Amino acid sequence: MALYDTQYQNPLIKWIDSRLPIITLMDNEYNKYPMPKNINYLWAFGAISMIMLFVMIATGIFLAMQYVPTTDGAFDSVERIMREVNYGWLLRYVHANGASFFFLAVYFHTFRGLYYGSYKEPRELLWIIGVLILIVMIMTAFTGYVLPWGQMSFWAATVITNLFSAFPLVGDDLVTWIWGGFSVDEPTLNRFFPIHFVLPFVIFGLVFLHVAALHICGSNNPLGIDTKGPQDTVPFNPYATMKDLYAFFVFAVIFAVFVFFAPNYLLHPDNYVPADPLVTPAHIVPEWYFLPFYAILRAIPDKLGGVIAMFGSLVVLFFVPWLDTSKVRSLVFRPLSRLFFWLFVINCFALGWAGAMPAEGIWILVAQVGTAFYFAYFLIVMPVLSRKETPLPLPESISEPVLKSGSPRPKGGGRVRASATASRKEKA
Amino acid sequence: MSKSAQKPGAMTVDESDDGDSRREFLYLAAGAATAVGTLATAWPFIHSMNPAGDVLALASIEVDLSAVAVGQAITVTWRGKPVFIRHRTEDEIAEANAVSLRSLPDPEADEDRVQQPEWLVMIGICTHLGCVPKGQAPGDPKGDYGGWFCVCHGSHYDTAGRIRKGPAPANLPVPPYQFVEDTLIRIG
Amino acid sequence: MMRAFTTLAAAVTIGLAGSAWAAEQIEIPEYRWSHEGVYGTIDRAAAQRGLQVFQAVCQSCHGLKYVYFRTLKGIGYDDDQIKALAAEYEIEDGPDEWGEMFYRPARPTDIFPDPFPNEAAARAANGGAYPPDLSVIAKGRPGGLDYIVALQMGYEIEPDGFELADGKYYNAYFPGHQISMPQMLFDEVVEYQDGTEPTMLQHAKDVAAFLWFTAEPHYDTRKEMGVRVVIFLVVLAGLFFGVKRALWRNVKKH
Repeated sequence: MALYDTQYQNPLIKWIDSRLPIITLMDNEYNKYPMPKNINYLWAFGAISMIMLFVMIATGIFLAMQYVPTTDGAFDSVERIMREVNYGWLLRYVHANGASFFFLAVYFHTFRGLYYGSYKEPRELLWIIGVLILIVMIMTAFTGYVLPWGQMSFWAATVITNLFSAFPLVGDDLVTWIWGGFSVDEPTLNRFFPIHFVLPFVIFGLVFLHVAALHICGSNNPLGIDTKGPQDTVPFNPYATMKDLYAFFVFAVIFAVFVFFAPNYLLHPDNYVPADPLVTPAHIVPEWYFLPFYAILRAIPDKLGGVIAMFGSLVVLFFVPWLDTSKVRSLVFRPLSRLFFWLFVINCFALGWAGAMPAEGIWILVAQVGTAFYFAYFLIVMPVLSRKETPLPLPESISEPVLKSGSPRPKGGGRVRASATASRKEKA
Repeated sequence: MSKSAQKPGAMTVDESDDGDSRREFLYLAAGAATAVGTLATAWPFIHSMNPAGDVLALASIEVDLSAVAVGQAITVTWRGKPVFIRHRTEDEIAEANAVSLRSLPDPEADEDRVQQPEWLVMIGICTHLGCVPKGQAPGDPKGDYGGWFCVCHGSHYDTAGRIRKGPAPANLPVPPYQFVEDTLIRIG
Repeated sequence: MMRAFTTLAAAVTIGLAGSAWAAEQIEIPEYRWSHEGVYGTIDRAAAQRGLQVFQAVCQSCHGLKYVYFRTLKGIGYDDDQIKALAAEYEIEDGPDEWGEMFYRPARPTDIFPDPFPNEAAARAANGGAYPPDLSVIAKGRPGGLDYIVALQMGYEIEPDGFELADGKYYNAYFPGHQISMPQMLFDEVVEYQDGTEPTMLQHAKDVAAFLWFTAEPHYDTRKEMGVRVVIFLVVLAGLFFGVKRALWRNVKKH
């Protein structure tokens, strides 16, 4: 029979592995998997994101055991978790702040991909799955934010579901369908709970595909050039695993400081006021990780236009692999693109800032300019620069640049650019 | 670490120098600390499933017995379980005392199961598989021994709530309780 | 790249979240609270005095519906004191065997009874305004405790030309300045059992300290645990830095 020809000798492991080569798979993908040896700490955010997903799923499951998804019971049950359930306050604060830190890690991961061109051939599908993960994460975060049924929960649900009313013809019916009624109410809360519970497992499945796609292409690296052989790589375990764990624990220290010493800093006071369908809070703001999108929504003075722009700001990410056609991946070798990249990052922060401010005066202008630049970056800057900009000469291989310069390259990812620059100067 | 030449990275890793024992210690310490951390992290999750503060706080109730006439029984809820309280007749008490302990599957004297002989207080859950035995309501089957009868699998309990016949291994348990007044008890 | 990313992100995310609320607020005076800082704990004496003020002044209109009497252990009362404290309240219970609701003295396992049977009754008794439940109010208002104190201290005669609606009072710190709650705190509203001077400001700060406890009953535990968790994680990160360095030291750079 066609049993898998396993390399393992231990009878039990051999028995399992020859029938289901999961041990060989794990060994190949998480042990031997060759990692470019020049990766920097930004590469740890993939692993950190995955750990945060597990943290969110674990705390979420245990919170769900105590949570009551009814309009009368939701706020009370969250308070009961905070007061009566053993360590309930810990689970909730980890979950609530964990959402912020999960997004933080994922945003680092995404910008790292943009900077080093990790979306380019052959990693297009990897990138697309990543964008899908981001979108499902946004849906999960939104439905989760509604569950405590505080003022912010209720009005976030109202405002965001009303986005769909902007669609012509079907808009109103669509919103009624989402609500299961004529306003955000018990049926809405009832359905958001299972949606919020299930979506993380969808993310989990997508992460699996994301990793599978990654391991076919291999990891990108700060130089953005392909690995040429074993002299360019180290085995994933222990080199990357230990580095990732170190990075995660540093990340966890910051996370813990928020959870234990400022757990409400990233939350809004209004969400400690029970939902009141008759009174909208004076100043409603989404969580920080949605602020740039919120600013884009408010920047367009037309209802449908704003909604399209907001969804478009995510959809455009799918096309990045074909908008940037330059063969050179890493922006280390594309100074002009690098400049625009940083402008884009600053622009995201500016949008975030505008999203946090009341929609009036100067902030509308900031949001509009920011929105214009956001789309221009992808739709104009990327295609134009990838044709017009002459990249700096690339090193032959990951091992090459300093062999030529002769000086030992300093440790640490942050200085990759410095050494690359050094070798570049010599060539020039 | 990687000693085999086939592994990727074998060519990138220079094995020549190192304080091996210091390294080994570091690995051990990091591994041990991770294990401790993982265990410590597991506890809040596990403990969150234990009874919460409000559940524990309601663990004692007071029951007024003044309205329960001789021969009557009432069922009250304590910690989500039925508690049988029977105001026993002289006959029932006598019957419970007449049995030879040696003939019982789970020998226990009637006086050890009650604080005042006329009041029998016990948790009404069959010690076999957790059904609630019949025998509280006037029309209920009371089994071969005039006490309670579990219809699920046919266990017979006598007038002291002791198992006499059937698959149940033990007598109906007596909850912790005390008489606050003559006709007022606190269970729990 | 790395460093620029980290500093930017850290600075801006923290700045953003904070600034969102700073925008339109009236400046409120800030006080020092004993629970602030890494090692600060809830001032139990102040919280006990705050409970006294709450009982004398607030509870006639405001509920505390998430607070069980037994929770007061957290500010230093023992079982007997809590029992006595609870017994001063009447709780609606039932139905009894005749199907009637009845009142009985509260037990430590009861919550502070609501002053009104429902929202409509509360509004009817308060000129249409609904006195909010105070259990989590300390977390539910921008400015937190400082705002609570400011609100109590902020009653003033309205400025010339300010149109005050009927049944409203002018408060310098309330959004819109028209509040339905009259000034309730004055000097010597209650005589403190511990002899603290009963000034109006003292009353306000004490009741705020009490409301901080009701909003976060596990506050002290949380921070005590936080110190241990953070130290542990720092050690763990240090160990893994050592492991990582020991491993990567031998990776030929080029």
